[in-house]
Amino acid sequence: MATTRWLGFEMRVALRFLREGRMQTLLIIAGVAAGVAVVAFISALISGLQGNTLTKTLGAQAHITLRVPDDVVTPAWPHAQDASSITDTQARAQRLRSVANWQALLPLLEHQGAVTAVSPLVAGSALALRGEAIVGIALTGVDLDRYDRIISLRSKVVSGTARLEPGEAIIGRDLAADLGVRVGDRITLQTGTASSPVTDSARVTALVDLGVKDLNKRTVIVPLRAAQSLLGLPGGATGLDLTVADVWSARELAQTLREQYPYKIESWQENNAQLVSALNAQTVATTLIRGVVLIVVVLGIASVLVVSVVQKRREIGILRAMGATRAQILRVFLVQGAVVGAIGSVLGIALASAMVWLFTHFVRGSDGLPLFIIVLSASTALRVALLTTVCGVLAAIAPARSAAAMDPAQAIRI
Amino acid sequence: MNQAVPSSALIELNDVRKSYNVGLPNEAEVLHGLNLRVDCGEFIALIGPSGSGKSTLLNIVGLLERMTSGSYRLQGEAVQGLDDAGLTLRRRMTLGFVFQFHHLLPAFSALENVTLPVLMGEGRIGAKQIAHARDLLSAVGLAKAMDKRPSELSGGMQQRVAIARALVMDPPLVLADEPTGNLDTASSDEVFVLLRRMHAERGTSFVVVTHDPRLAARCDRTVELIDGRIAHDEAARR
Repeated sequence: MATTRWLGFEMRVALRFLREGRMQTLLIIAGVAAGVAVVAFISALISGLQGNTLTKTLGAQAHITLRVPDDVVTPAWPHAQDASSITDTQARAQRLRSVANWQALLPLLEHQGAVTAVSPLVAGSALALRGEAIVGIALTGVDLDRYDRIISLRSKVVSGTARLEPGEAIIGRDLAADLGVRVGDRITLQTGTASSPVTDSARVTALVDLGVKDLNKRTVIVPLRAAQSLLGLPGGATGLDLTVADVWSARELAQTLREQYPYKIESWQENNAQLVSALNAQTVATTLIRGVVLIVVVLGIASVLVVSVVQKRREIGILRAMGATRAQILRVFLVQGAVVGAIGSVLGIALASAMVWLFTHFVRGSDGLPLFIIVLSASTALRVALLTTVCGVLAAIAPARSAAAMDPAQAIRI
Repeated sequence: MNQAVPSSALIELNDVRKSYNVGLPNEAEVLHGLNLRVDCGEFIALIGPSGSGKSTLLNIVGLLERMTSGSYRLQGEAVQGLDDAGLTLRRRMTLGFVFQFHHLLPAFSALENVTLPVLMGEGRIGAKQIAHARDLLSAVGLAKAMDKRPSELSGGMQQRVAIARALVMDPPLVLADEPTGNLDTASSDEVFVLLRRMHAERGTSFVVVTHDPRLAARCDRTVELIDGRIAHDEAARR
């Protein structure tokens, strides 16, 4: 006995109905394709824009920073239990201090599940001198391999080779220009007070572009031990930088760490609150746009199928008279919705890919380079295509139900 | 519960009544307690003036409409209690339809129109069923028009496709609602001759609604309906 082929009848009739109303079908497929293209392109654009913004922002900073808590003024005498007091104290000037017992803390942080890298650093202000040029700098002492895992320092080298042996330094591109140094030249680093300066000399091994002009004008990176000597913190570390696998989990992990350790621990989201708000607003706005476009797609498919049901009343009636079940008629129209959604999706994704290509090749910044790279990922394309196909089926439900509910005797009489 | 009762009757209608707008002030009974029996192999003409209830009766016999009261046995099985799926299945397996306006699906070729009942039953059409459909189309004189769309066929040819389609599942009964009503005299005769030939060759029973007394006279039995009642029911004297 021959087995029944699932949807064989429904598929054949649905495709013929669509082919029969060729112009109507083409127009709605074009409408769906345009909707899908807008949704897919906006998704790719926003994810590219946000990815680019995040890369630039997090390219020069850690996901989580652990620092020494601020020095606070402690009251000279305890408050009486039953008395209220009004205090007016001037905040203390913050001196450079080391994170207590940071060597022991390091492995503990490394063993936190989400943490992928931990880097101790010594950071403070200093002066860079060369000839008659004196520039205020941000001096950072690091272990190069560890620090590279935090901000991918090696990938930011624009000249020279990133290396930090004793007596060597990596400096920002713009600082090098200000000091008139090139790779291989020496600069003098000075800290301390005017009366008792501490100086050291370092040979520049690499120039880096950290993506932010201000950082490029101030950054000097030296070996951890050199910074400890210059800043008067032998064996110390002013902070620990952490990187996590999922950047968006940084806030939760920072909160967890704050509950565990008595340090000033902040996530990149807390350090860039405005940026996070902007990204969230952008996400909400694009989600709304995508939602509205999908609703328009659903209404478009539904309206065409409603008209199709009215036009095909007689055919539906004759099919029912010949023995088509209500469920089969229902499925004929659901399949039409799915087919329109699926074909529209494929064309829409192709159109979106073309738009992405055009954007990447023709929309350029003042430097002639693409503003940022946007990619329509296969997963995004598949997700949008599936969603639209499902929307096509959903849009077909109401017309399909009305077709299935049709009284065959009445439909034939029309 | 429907119990199949062995019977030589293909159709047995007992005290069948049909009302529209039941429970409303404008309720109207169009069939008033009809009794009708159709045996296997009969060729019946159902005649009567417009509004006499012929099409309603045909729709009830064809399981397209439900009667308001009475009983209906199709091949010995009471069908009045069946749900929509049950009625649909029996329509597909037991009954063939030929309508006045052909009612072919314009998007399908003649051959595809004929094989549609097979497709809706099995989801596919095997080579054997295609051969059967081709044989039927050849038998109705459309061997060379199988791949043509209905719009490319004349009215008479379309009606012949509809007859082939009605016979493709080899139903014991074909219901034809004014099958020649939309055709010129020559085509009418051709179609009627074809119906008679199919009846003779295949043994299929036919109930044919017609306004044409000339054609009715060529049927084996004539049932006349007037005002929702059977006024005459007589076998032709030959």
